[in-house]
Amino acid sequence: MTVTDLSPAGAPTGTGKPVLEIRDLHVAYGYGPEPVRALRGVNLTLHEGEVLGIAGESGCGKSTLVYAATRLLPPPGLITGGEVLFHGGTGATGDEPVDILRMSDKELRRSRWQDTAIVFQGAMNSLNPVYRVGKQLTDAIAAHRPGMSRFDRNERAGELLSMVGIAKDRISAYPHQLSGGMRQRVMIAMALALEPKVLIMDEPTTALDVVMQRQIVEQIIELRDRLGFSVVFITHDVSLLIEVADRIAIMYAGEIVEQASASDVYRRPRHPYTHGLLNSFPPLHGPKRPLVGIPGSPPDLQALPSGCPFRPRCAHVMDACAEVHPALGPTSLGLPGVGEPGRSVACLLHEGQGELPAELRV
Amino acid sequence: MKYFLRRIVFYVITAWAAITINFFIPRMMDGDPVSSFINKNQGRISSEARESLYVLFGLDSGASLWEQYVDYWKMLFSGDLGLSIMLFPSTVSEVIAQALPWTIGLVGIATVISFLLGSFLGVVIGWRRGSWADGLLPITTFFSSVPYFWLGLVAIMLFSVTWSIFPSSGAYQPGLVPGWSWEFIGSVIQHGTLPAITIVLSSVAGWILGMRNMTVTVTSEDYVTVAQAKGLSERRVMFGYAARNAILPQVSGFALSLGFIVSGTLVMEKVFSYQGVGFTLLQAIGAHDYPLMQGIFLMITLSVLVANILADLAYVVLDPRTRQEG
Amino acid sequence: MTGIPVQMDHAQLDNGAEPLAPEVPKRRKGSPKKQKLLFLRNGKSFTGLAILGFFAILAVIGPWIAPYDPSAMSSDILQPPSGAHWLGTTHVGQDVFSQILVGTRGVMIVGFIAGIGATLLSILVGVSAGFLGGVSDELLSSLSNIFLVIPALPLIIIVAGQLPDAGGLTVALILAATSWAWGARILRAQTLSLRRRDFVEAARANGESTWRIVWFETLPNLTAIMASSFVGTVTFAILMQTTLAFIGVTSISDWNWGTILFWAEQQQALSRGAWWWFVPAGLCIAMLGMALTLINFGIDEFVNPRLRSTGASPRALRKRRISPRIGFTAVVREGAPASSGGSATTTSRPDGATRPGASPASTGATSSGTGTSATTTGGPGTPRPGTSHDDRDNDGTTTRKESVR
Repeated sequence: MTVTDLSPAGAPTGTGKPVLEIRDLHVAYGYGPEPVRALRGVNLTLHEGEVLGIAGESGCGKSTLVYAATRLLPPPGLITGGEVLFHGGTGATGDEPVDILRMSDKELRRSRWQDTAIVFQGAMNSLNPVYRVGKQLTDAIAAHRPGMSRFDRNERAGELLSMVGIAKDRISAYPHQLSGGMRQRVMIAMALALEPKVLIMDEPTTALDVVMQRQIVEQIIELRDRLGFSVVFITHDVSLLIEVADRIAIMYAGEIVEQASASDVYRRPRHPYTHGLLNSFPPLHGPKRPLVGIPGSPPDLQALPSGCPFRPRCAHVMDACAEVHPALGPTSLGLPGVGEPGRSVACLLHEGQGELPAELRV
Repeated sequence: MKYFLRRIVFYVITAWAAITINFFIPRMMDGDPVSSFINKNQGRISSEARESLYVLFGLDSGASLWEQYVDYWKMLFSGDLGLSIMLFPSTVSEVIAQALPWTIGLVGIATVISFLLGSFLGVVIGWRRGSWADGLLPITTFFSSVPYFWLGLVAIMLFSVTWSIFPSSGAYQPGLVPGWSWEFIGSVIQHGTLPAITIVLSSVAGWILGMRNMTVTVTSEDYVTVAQAKGLSERRVMFGYAARNAILPQVSGFALSLGFIVSGTLVMEKVFSYQGVGFTLLQAIGAHDYPLMQGIFLMITLSVLVANILADLAYVVLDPRTRQEG
Repeated sequence: MTGIPVQMDHAQLDNGAEPLAPEVPKRRKGSPKKQKLLFLRNGKSFTGLAILGFFAILAVIGPWIAPYDPSAMSSDILQPPSGAHWLGTTHVGQDVFSQILVGTRGVMIVGFIAGIGATLLSILVGVSAGFLGGVSDELLSSLSNIFLVIPALPLIIIVAGQLPDAGGLTVALILAATSWAWGARILRAQTLSLRRRDFVEAARANGESTWRIVWFETLPNLTAIMASSFVGTVTFAILMQTTLAFIGVTSISDWNWGTILFWAEQQQALSRGAWWWFVPAGLCIAMLGMALTLINFGIDEFVNPRLRSTGASPRALRKRRISPRIGFTAVVREGAPASSGGSATTTSRPDGATRPGASPASTGATSSGTGTSATTTGGPGTPRPGTSHDDRDNDGTTTRKESVR
């Protein structure tokens, strides 16, 4: 599979000002005495104009991460710690970032959709079945731009639809009259209604066929180039991310285990899990190699093993892995003490324990 | 379109079934009171009236069953439902025409109020779970487990006998001339309040519960979260997105439960001596006034059917998915 | 009489649309006991069952423990409750308390027989309609719709009025014959949705005969709905029969709570202020009705997990200041700010990988985006409460390795 460069040529990763910073986020499920700890201290930063991909197995916490960061996690979700800083949002004065988790309801409502917009997973159910598409586009606009006239709002809705490649007359259609792909595109149009700084897409292509997938991904990139927003792209399909994203964060069991630029992740993985993921789908080019998955089964968040959560499935497990929980830090290659620039990994192999295997030192 | 056709076919069939059942009922019953009535009032019954009674009750053994059936339909289409034994010489149609508006007024208004109030409360309770409003549920459930008539009795005891706030019987003050005068209307309202409140109190719990459950189910749908994510106001999300979808099954439930609602309010009329069709029906039963019984039963069934049609129409208006095939 | 479980029927009209039946969890073959216990643990259903049990016992022993023969007249006319007559007497000196005790049996028996009869009929019609589909489905659905629309009470009154010696059993059968339609609709909707589920398709593909599929695959999943329908019908039957007795249509020789009310009304108990005559009977009906409704609540919550309380009582939630809302995730910051020595979570490795261009105010030692730990250098001094609360060291091991590079 080739890495077709959909991102603008030479976009350096990690440059640009940060626009969304998630710091030390802890999320649990359940209000009782023994909640399941879904996210345990996640740190993530999104920069202006960048496409950040988050990949991982089902249940690893990728959706939880973004929903918690926007406080849209449904009950019994509970945020137990951390902060989510947004730079340059609607409520911000000057350069001070604002913590989304500390906002009042009113402030949060005001900032929503203008600062951060989400395209939800499964557009099947994300549109209100009793309202016309146009109304669903315009009510978001009306809520935040009370001054706009109805005519202008409808104009804007029409614009948005054509921006995503849907005929303007579909504005009076009901959701059940549209196909799956069109519904997904309506969701994207809806998300861009107020030209947000951050667009979060939760598995936008999972329910679609490959051709539609391609179209939508291209559309997103094209819109990003035109309008300049940042994108957080969540998917379990790493191969897709490699094409689309500037940076990729790999999650496992509620934490980030590797972060690097897209091509680094694809060509030079540093974490055993990443390596396993990449080997789980066949390349279209190059010599045939055996398809090796990752042995074992996804972790049970209620009964995580001690130390490193990936330990039971890791091919390079050591004794220390049971005792120490690796934190995200520099890789052991590159400059000593600094690691390779722009990437981090959470593995004891990079902390001087044991011998870094060949496939991880490419 | 297909949806409409099915519904229309259903209504036609049900109407036919109701009328046919109505046709057969008296034939299963003791025909004697009618014959003796006819004989007793030989001179005062016109021959057409006597004919209709024969047709209604199959007393004319000369005609075959099928002929009687056809004649019966002809009678109905001409609006002739026979003579009332109890209220002779009024015809059944006259009696019903007088009583029906009272029932529709009382039952209709009370039921609609109950539905709307119950649905509104249901949304509020279902939206914010664990709030104080949850406490409403056990209270209203208690009231709905109580039979209508008992609640009526207690209401009368409290508000008519003990504290004479409301009158205990009748649709309006006896002696007043029905008309559009303030006095009359005021009297109507005064007499109608207690029964109406009793009906509402008794039935609101069902609606609250249904709406609450539907609201809870709907709130976990994605589009509600999307609405919140768009930063819309709480009210708009709660009513425009959640309630608007949750009410759909309620409306179809409403249509279906009309039969039961009517049943309950019939007895209410007896308790309050409210001169609607229910009260009249019960009196007719006591007096063995078969023509009147038959006529009222038919009228009630057809009214319920009409109300069903209206509710169905409302459903179609509310849910765009029904307006087109596939 | 809205003892009808309006909340259960969310089936859309048969316009061909997918019926909005509640999502019944497929019954795991291995754990019926566990599920039953879950049902019992629900406070509402437990209370309901307790009250029901109480009345059931009363139904059995009522006539034996009644202090007087309910029909026996005496000279204590219209006495308010006293030591001799716990609930007072009627206009001919009959003991109201005994009447209630003896009447329990009639009510319960008729109610349950009607319930069983109606449920059997509704299963027969509903499941067949849902399963057979096509023309049979249309016919059966039309049949149940007709029975639904035709108002029950007038029909029953007219029919029962023709049978002047209508004893309890007859009434029960008549009730069963007129009230099965509601349950049939619900069961049909549920069967339809189950039929399309994968496990039924799998069974069919395996060549299982239709009869076996119905019996072993579909019916077990319908038990919850059938139970709820049964409870609803019993409630309805109880209300109906007491109403019929009240009107005077059914036989007045059998004692029944409704009969008590009939006599009370006939003898102007209201205007005579003899509240003890009609209040207790109504309260008994209400209590029994409530018990059944509570059981139905329990079944509802069992079937639709979303209706259950979210694992913590409202008071506990309020104390922690959590209000579960859609769209506004609750945020709590609990846990002591710890500067405990031993398990002090250490810093991440000082990170040369700090993003270039990251605003200086926010970094310091908070390796933004890379470190997942509390800060102990620079920045805010105290380790964030969240992190020390967060410990993977339930197993007691050190979770972070202190490393200085």
